[in-house]
Amino acid sequence: MRPLTVKRLLWTCGALAAVLLACVVLALKLGAVPISITDLIVNLGRIAIGQSDQLPTEYRLIVFDLRLPRILLGILVGAALSVAGASFQALLRNPLADPFVLGVSSGAALGSILMLIIAPQIAVLSPVGAFLGAIATITAVYFLGRRDGQLDSTTLLLGGIISASFLSAIIMFLMTTLAGRDLRGMVFWLMGDLSTPVPAGLRWIFTAGLLIGIGAIYTTAADLNLLLTGEREAIHLGVDVTRVKLVVYVSASLLTALAVSASGAIGYVGLLVPHAVRLIFGSDYRLLIPASALCGAIAIVLADTLARTVVAPTELPVGAMTAMAGAPIFIYLLRRGLR
Amino acid sequence: MSTSSMQTVGGHGESPKRVRAERLNVEQASYAYSATAQSAPTFTLGATSFQAHERELVAILGPNASGKSTLLRLISGTIAPLSGRVELDGEETSRLDVRTRAQRIAVVHQESPAVYPVLAGDFVLQGRHPYGRALRFANKEDIEIARNALAQVGAEHLSRRSMGELSGGEKQRVILARALAQQPRLILLDEPTLHLDIGAQVELLERMRQLAQENRYAVVVVTHELSLAAEFADQVVLLQHGRCLRVGPPAAVYQRELLEQVFEAPLDVEIGPAGRPRVNLRARRGEDAT
Repeated sequence: MRPLTVKRLLWTCGALAAVLLACVVLALKLGAVPISITDLIVNLGRIAIGQSDQLPTEYRLIVFDLRLPRILLGILVGAALSVAGASFQALLRNPLADPFVLGVSSGAALGSILMLIIAPQIAVLSPVGAFLGAIATITAVYFLGRRDGQLDSTTLLLGGIISASFLSAIIMFLMTTLAGRDLRGMVFWLMGDLSTPVPAGLRWIFTAGLLIGIGAIYTTAADLNLLLTGEREAIHLGVDVTRVKLVVYVSASLLTALAVSASGAIGYVGLLVPHAVRLIFGSDYRLLIPASALCGAIAIVLADTLARTVVAPTELPVGAMTAMAGAPIFIYLLRRGLR
Repeated sequence: MSTSSMQTVGGHGESPKRVRAERLNVEQASYAYSATAQSAPTFTLGATSFQAHERELVAILGPNASGKSTLLRLISGTIAPLSGRVELDGEETSRLDVRTRAQRIAVVHQESPAVYPVLAGDFVLQGRHPYGRALRFANKEDIEIARNALAQVGAEHLSRRSMGELSGGEKQRVILARALAQQPRLILLDEPTLHLDIGAQVELLERMRQLAQENRYAVVVVTHELSLAAEFADQVVLLQHGRCLRVGPPAAVYQRELLEQVFEAPLDVEIGPAGRPRVNLRARRGEDAT
């Protein structure tokens, strides 16, 4: 017996937070304009002691106006997508579930685009549209994945993948006809990209929404552990299955929607990160959820740093990096899991 | 309905003759499944009545599609009877909230396929879920209870093994330990012997009877193993096509013609030395020769 203790939970999360911090410093340093670690520490120190006015302008522009907001966005998006992935995996009892694979990300993207077309001047409607799109897609995929009243793993994944490709086709159609062959927009919505900053007015709503979503899911962590052994068993062990499923479906859709409306449909993070966390720390959701959030943040920050540097001064979309790593591993897991 | 239950309940241990307190009272409980609210039912379970006292093992017997699982779901309170009532210590099981129900009734299904590996010890700790709050970090008491539960099924040595690598019999013991960790008053077992070899089947039912004695549970087992039920049950409930045919001790229910008709197989029933019936399958070919 090795039950999870609060101590182990805090130590693990503390260690991961330290790794994340190191990654953030690395990401601030690397880029088209390289910056030495000493300079970076000196300047971060200046901010810490309240002398931010002494920063060189060039620094302020590159590090604090360009790189830092992008890194912070990456942290939030990575955490959101990973927690959403872990949640879908528990609800659907399927280790391959992920917002992107299930088509939820594409649904959110389409919802967001429709709102941008209908009411481009009201920025807040874009995440709302994304949320509606996400909810509609997960509902549709859930029912597509049922066979004889039971969720069938293969049918569910097929339903998700087919929905994703269908929705992507509509997105492409809309981007071509209405936005005048907006290639950059297409890449953003279909692959995901962190280069577009969140509008200033939305930043706080966005951050608060993500924290609330992750928090709501975390309150059900112990229930999710039991849900993984089966719905019937969970009911007999005192889990209010209907309530838990509702809370987690809505929260996971919210997380996906916010992440997508800010950074497009970044794929496979929600699949890879919880899987890696499970291998290292075990599958107890009380640890898995916070650890996935932190590791998801680390993964996106690193992936985006790579995306910014490998072909500098040109940039790759971050979704290309995650897909390059994610797709092969998805196939590996699929072959191993469905045998 | 309440008047008829008076005779069987006999107060709460007031009668000096009654040693065992009544736990479960199933009284004229019925149920019907239908595809939609308007359509005709596709399966009905007719009025069924029986009682289970503490330390008693009741077997629900019947061939496939006889209504065994429906009756089990009625008892567990996950569905409410269409008519009649199912009471545990005087409270209707379907009206208990999910958490309270899990503190009183433990249900053991044939297998719990795990999506991710979990240690047997942690699996048993899941039985403490209905007693905890929020994130349910296990406290000393929970761990103690889980250890005892494992000890009671003779599986302490398995606590650090992964559920996935246990044999069928070992897994069944750990699943049972999780039910014990719930500290229930009633344990329901759904075809617990299905994937076990004969030795493990006997061991499981012997253990159930012993646990019922020690912990004062009432135990209800759904099975189609006639011989095992005859050997271990204090009472059997015989179902066929959604009708409750007989309720009583095995010796009274096990009549050759009745069992042959219900199970559609030629059977021999004899009374063993302990007064318990024994059931043997008679080969059809042998019958033709005589």
